[in-house]
Amino acid sequence: MAEQKPLGGEYDSSLTASVRSFHAGAEVVAAGFPGGAPALALADGDVLFVDSGMRVTPHPGAAILLAQIDGTRILTGGDDGRVVETRPDGTCVEIGDEKGKWIDALALREDGSIAWSAGKQVRARDPKGAVKTFEAPTSVRGLAFLPKGYRLAMSHYNGVSLWFPNVAGTPDTLKWQGSHLDLAISPDGAFCVTAMQENALHGWRIADKKDMRMTGYPGKTRSFSFSSDGQWLATSGADACVVWPFQTKDGPMGKPPRECGVRPNKVSRVAFHPTGPVIAIGYEDGWILFSRIADGAELLVRKGLDEGESAPARAKPVVSALAWDAPGKRLLFGLETGEAGLLPLPL
Amino acid sequence: MSDKIPVTVLTGYLGAGKTTLLNRILSEDHGHRFAVIVNEFGEIGIDNDLVVGADEEVFEMNNGCICCTVRGDLIRIIEGLMRRRGKFDAIIVETTGLADPAPVAQTFFVDQDVQDQARLDAVVTVADAKWLADRLRDAPEAKNQIAFADVIILNKQDLVSEEELREVEARIRGINPYATLHKTTKCQVPLDAVLGRNAFDLDRILEIEPQFLEVDDHDHHDHDHHGHDHGHDHGHDHAHHGHGLKAYHDEEMQSVSFRIDGEVDPARFMPWINLIAQREGPSILRSKGILAFKGENKRFVFQGVHMILDGDLQREWRPDEKRECKIVFIGRDLKKEDLRSGFMACAVEQKA
Repeated sequence: MAEQKPLGGEYDSSLTASVRSFHAGAEVVAAGFPGGAPALALADGDVLFVDSGMRVTPHPGAAILLAQIDGTRILTGGDDGRVVETRPDGTCVEIGDEKGKWIDALALREDGSIAWSAGKQVRARDPKGAVKTFEAPTSVRGLAFLPKGYRLAMSHYNGVSLWFPNVAGTPDTLKWQGSHLDLAISPDGAFCVTAMQENALHGWRIADKKDMRMTGYPGKTRSFSFSSDGQWLATSGADACVVWPFQTKDGPMGKPPRECGVRPNKVSRVAFHPTGPVIAIGYEDGWILFSRIADGAELLVRKGLDEGESAPARAKPVVSALAWDAPGKRLLFGLETGEAGLLPLPL
Repeated sequence: MSDKIPVTVLTGYLGAGKTTLLNRILSEDHGHRFAVIVNEFGEIGIDNDLVVGADEEVFEMNNGCICCTVRGDLIRIIEGLMRRRGKFDAIIVETTGLADPAPVAQTFFVDQDVQDQARLDAVVTVADAKWLADRLRDAPEAKNQIAFADVIILNKQDLVSEEELREVEARIRGINPYATLHKTTKCQVPLDAVLGRNAFDLDRILEIEPQFLEVDDHDHHDHDHHGHDHGHDHGHDHAHHGHGLKAYHDEEMQSVSFRIDGEVDPARFMPWINLIAQREGPSILRSKGILAFKGENKRFVFQGVHMILDGDLQREWRPDEKRECKIVFIGRDLKKEDLRSGFMACAVEQKA
């Protein structure tokens, strides 16, 4: 039985039967498990709670550009200039309104800290609701809180600024020429990594600002995910999930990355399992695989386009959202086409 | 190809009438649904559902091209607009009066994500018939916009005499004889004069003849004429044609074109054109060429923006077509003789 080659190629497809597929009604922007229940933020301005089927509209008549989801809420930024928090009971609370300017970046921390940016304007809101404003040198494309202290990292042209919203004075900067887009901080707060316009990642060891170049991508990295122990950084942008080793204090310098889930199509989303050494990898042709770091073993989650099959530019089944629940027992995913699915792991 | 969203870039010096043209396009009964990207949000009333404000943030790419700049904000906006897939079918980008069109155009060739979703249709420049001549003297931006254009709307013709109009037209032609030119009042042009031009589409670069022989404000339907075979190069004589157009030579910005009766050797031409793009790219605003390669029965067509070249083999030469090679450069202080001798050296020796 296990020897039989499944239809989707040479992958073990024993999981695919457990996927509960559905259509979300619009492009999926982000996925998560607020309050422990699966939910999707959708491009048409809605949030969909998958189990109950409840649909709420934090951005009426507008598009959700980006979303961050944690254990208690869904934070969305729209092209209406608003930042809205949607709670598991469906309540929507407006957090910020930038008067029609698009929201370009969002950050969220479990303690309730929130940050967003619109153009150069960056706002940080502490858990008590006090909002501080900072004007970055150029438009900010990525935001992330450092794990310790009330400190926010923001990526922009020619580097990253590290800002203590409650401390007056000039923020510290990590410099590197070029346009820095998305931003991630390692779980221990030691490293800051940005995805750049030039198909490369740049990293800094924050303590001494030592530079790290991570290059060789055929496309832009738009999704990256640290393993929970901080030992690995999984990235999109190539025909495989490129995984950089961060085990030592030098980060990945001088060490080759691993490649997981090599396929003839570009990786669009990656999500590390919250506890184990497994990555969920989504591709631009609608495929989703699990890959185990240690031995590269792969399991098929979702089969997308057949090889050689193509879709029009505006209807490509690009995997646009992947999220694990906190215990790592369920995977929720969504595509740009609005297709979505929930996989409870049959343990 | 065709499912990519066409993008029209509107440029023009301050006060030339860009917003008038934009509102004219939007108010016509065209059946299109536009997304409009403007430079100053909410400044002037634009009657459209989907209007986005842009910051005009120009970034240098770290890819070795010293003049390779892109509009970072445009990349972000086009990515964001894709969240409204299906709600619009064309994009219009209005730039500020002082903007250089090159970073806007280059964005569509440099960024893969943008390229996957959208295609540059044409750069349309609105010029003020009364003041353009002055601006060409004192504003380098105005000259750039004329040189870069695929379509030029010479507006406010009602405010000048016929003599003045001929004068300014000749000045435009001294810089850019290849753009399609429309003389208007209040930017009254039919929609198909500015939209659906496919000016950057290699399939549509059919002929590269100076357009001023064909200008006719009553005929906007067919500029893909054949013929106009002058049998000599246009580099030094582009201002001597008829219609009573004066001959102006702009000291700084010019166009040059060369022609080879016969074939070129791709093994010589390709390294040469790449070298020219690398070395002269900063001063070359636009380039185009249609070439007959030795031993190749398809036409090689290329077009370029500064250092970025885009070229491919297109349709086959028809039996009734003469196999010949033509290239055009529009730019600043072009080294005409170097370009000519370099190109001519690519020619395949004619059999005696």
